[in-house]
Amino acid sequence: MEYVIEMLNIRKEFPGIVANDNITIQLKPGEIHALLGENGAGKSTLMNVLFGLYQPEQGEIRVKGKKANITNPNIANDLGIGMVHQHFMLVEPFTVTQNIVLGNEPTKKTGVINVEKARKDIKEISDRYGLKVDPDAKISDISVGMQQRVEILKTLYRGADVLIFDEPTAVLTPQEINELMEIMRSLIKEGKSIILITHKLKEIMEVCDRCTVIRKGKGIGTVNVAQTNTNELASLMVGREVHFKTEKQQAEPKDTVLTIENLVVKDSRKVDLVKGLNLELRGGEIVGIAGVDGNGQSELIEAITGLRQAVSGRIKLKNKNITNKSPRKVTESGVGHIPQDRHRFGLVLDYSIGENIVLQTYYKKPYSKAKVLNYKAIYEKAESIIKEYDVRTPSVYTKARALSGGNQQKAIIGREVDRSPDLLIAAQPTRGLDVGAIEFIHKKLIEERDKGKAVLLISFELDEILNVSDRIAVMFDGKIVAEVTPEETTEQELGLLMAGSQVKEGDSNAIQ
Amino acid sequence: MPSNKLFALLVPIVSVLMGLIAGAIIMLVSGFSPIDGYTALWNGAFGDSYTIGETIRRSAPYILTGLSIAFAFRTGLFNIGAEGQVLVGWLAAVWVGITIDAPMYIHLPLAVLAAAVAGGLWAFVPGILKAKLGVHEVIVTIMMNYIALFTTNEIIRKVLTSGQTTTDSIAPSASLASEWMQSITFYSRLHYGILIALFAAAIMWFIIQRTTIGYELKSVGFNQHASRYAGMNVSKNIVLSMVIAGMFAGLAGAMEGLGTYGNMSVTAGFSNLGFDGIAVALLGANTAIGVVFAAFLFGALKEGAGEMPTGAGIPTELVDIIIALIIFFVASSYIIRWVIVRFKKEGK
Repeated sequence: MEYVIEMLNIRKEFPGIVANDNITIQLKPGEIHALLGENGAGKSTLMNVLFGLYQPEQGEIRVKGKKANITNPNIANDLGIGMVHQHFMLVEPFTVTQNIVLGNEPTKKTGVINVEKARKDIKEISDRYGLKVDPDAKISDISVGMQQRVEILKTLYRGADVLIFDEPTAVLTPQEINELMEIMRSLIKEGKSIILITHKLKEIMEVCDRCTVIRKGKGIGTVNVAQTNTNELASLMVGREVHFKTEKQQAEPKDTVLTIENLVVKDSRKVDLVKGLNLELRGGEIVGIAGVDGNGQSELIEAITGLRQAVSGRIKLKNKNITNKSPRKVTESGVGHIPQDRHRFGLVLDYSIGENIVLQTYYKKPYSKAKVLNYKAIYEKAESIIKEYDVRTPSVYTKARALSGGNQQKAIIGREVDRSPDLLIAAQPTRGLDVGAIEFIHKKLIEERDKGKAVLLISFELDEILNVSDRIAVMFDGKIVAEVTPEETTEQELGLLMAGSQVKEGDSNAIQ
Repeated sequence: MPSNKLFALLVPIVSVLMGLIAGAIIMLVSGFSPIDGYTALWNGAFGDSYTIGETIRRSAPYILTGLSIAFAFRTGLFNIGAEGQVLVGWLAAVWVGITIDAPMYIHLPLAVLAAAVAGGLWAFVPGILKAKLGVHEVIVTIMMNYIALFTTNEIIRKVLTSGQTTTDSIAPSASLASEWMQSITFYSRLHYGILIALFAAAIMWFIIQRTTIGYELKSVGFNQHASRYAGMNVSKNIVLSMVIAGMFAGLAGAMEGLGTYGNMSVTAGFSNLGFDGIAVALLGANTAIGVVFAAFLFGALKEGAGEMPTGAGIPTELVDIIIALIIFFVASSYIIRWVIVRFKKEGK
């Protein structure tokens, strides 16, 4: 048996678009096979075809050499195909065991669920693959990484030989990502085969054996990971040369734009999360805030943008005090904000792209006059922004919900940058995006800097911080604990600083 | 899938048809002729100019309560309190109609306005509780319905009359009654209120679709976080939405108080105008124009149903069941959607 799963020349159409056009992917037993493609390239559609959620118009699926007609997910299950979804399908108030047996409960003769047997089985599977899952823990009490393992356990419990991981690392911390990689390796050792859907090249290089690339719905080909590199994979995926190192000139910092003095901010549980923070930001420079999630970054941004009250301290924008001003006042005094959570804060998903483009300006001319909206002006503006920022959408009337993550983010960035704010706050601007979109967004941030604007970049990705910033401020435990430049620091040093370890001697500007 | 607009139109139409079919089956099973029954229903609603007038008269408050619920719904709120808002609006309109002495061009607008303001104030309470304390508006509006019912009863007994169950009639200067409309509909109780209702529908459409107010209200309804991020005042918008919704329902009270009855009586139970408004809003897909059509359908059903016992010998209970079935099918538009999609597939 050469292949466990073969999807040959698959074609899947939706009204108006061809989501999969002649895609072939062949999974060898015992390999980790990456399925690489940009957001919206058709990866999920292809896997949904395999999983029986969609029926292909053309092509055939073979499981262990035999032609299979997978018309619903139960058939996929029976054939030993299991899917670990990106968005977990777990019942929060239930325990791990209850979740895993759900829909497949082992019963005693009386019809009562045999909890003991289930727990024992689960424990056994967990131990065999090193999943370290506590069968009695409640889902709502365990970390996201652990929840994902429960999802993995669920597929194993149902006897899956082939596991499909749908962008599994999108929700994980770096530590959890490493652990997941280990788990995937041990699954392979035990004879399972894995399809890993991703657009993160690093992960592919790290764990995968082969990689199938699709671009805009078309199968581009399959490569051996050992014989390729990230540059080649990126250009296969995007269809052109991709620059990882963003090119930029030396920064020319001008007058101070943002001054933060002794800022103290509490989180919603009334705990101090920003503890006397000082920061200065000048026009024409990008300052990156490096730090582990949860060290007060979100609260800092919310305090600057007026979404959260500061307890004490001062925030000045070009010598104007904006401390504890309303979000609208802050916006109007010249702050643009690309929020960390684009679905929660950045967009009204049920509004059209056009309506989202004027989210902060709808009450101004020309978008409205005497409280009456001027849709012509709104959609004209939207047209110009989607053109300039390469937002791929059927039209400006399309709901924001219908766009892919990358295009949603481009629309937000277009909206924020277009107002030409003196200070642009970009919180995790590239989270979950593919390399093409990341490159574009970084370029835009640098363009703003070159126009003399101040850019505050908050990111948990060190690559991004090192790549884009002119100056790096390390945030730990609610304070800026060190300031370094990307030229004179390394990922290792930053990592140590972020973890709160003492700064090396002689680094004078690092002492706070 | 067909274009969304066509689909949105298809769902309510199919719902009504299914309700009528189910009603026919029930009539058959109970030994009545559905043809006779529906003929009577039709005649009762559109048989002559009088019944047409009465049908339109009945539709006016449905339009307004439907708008009330639709408006709140479009901005992410459930206004179950239209019933109470109708009652306080009705009382306020009658109160002004009885007690104030003024020429018509002042008196009538004042009485109508009083109804709207009373409804708005009644809805302000759940609005402010939701905005400031996060209390769910469904709970509060339901409670407010009972408060409205018993308070208005008490005021009628103790304040507006001395122990009577019905108030005096309003002054003619506050009446919506229209001799001209009555004369062309063979002296039905049709009054100018229908014009107010249609105007209100236009207002709702304009606010929701064309103004920055509607833009903010909808935005807050869809996503409070993004609205706050965009600089909108979330609390203000929640309260405003409830108040506007309450004003529509209050106007429905004015229809009854200044148009149909010209007074207000103590009642043991609700008028159901507000509750039926929920079904009207649902059937009308929460759009202004949809609500107007749905309200006419409801007006026709309720008016026509009166003819079914006399015209076809069908007991009123059965008529209520048939109306309830139609509402049921409207409410379960999900099933209808499923059926339509299913038929589409098979047709291929």
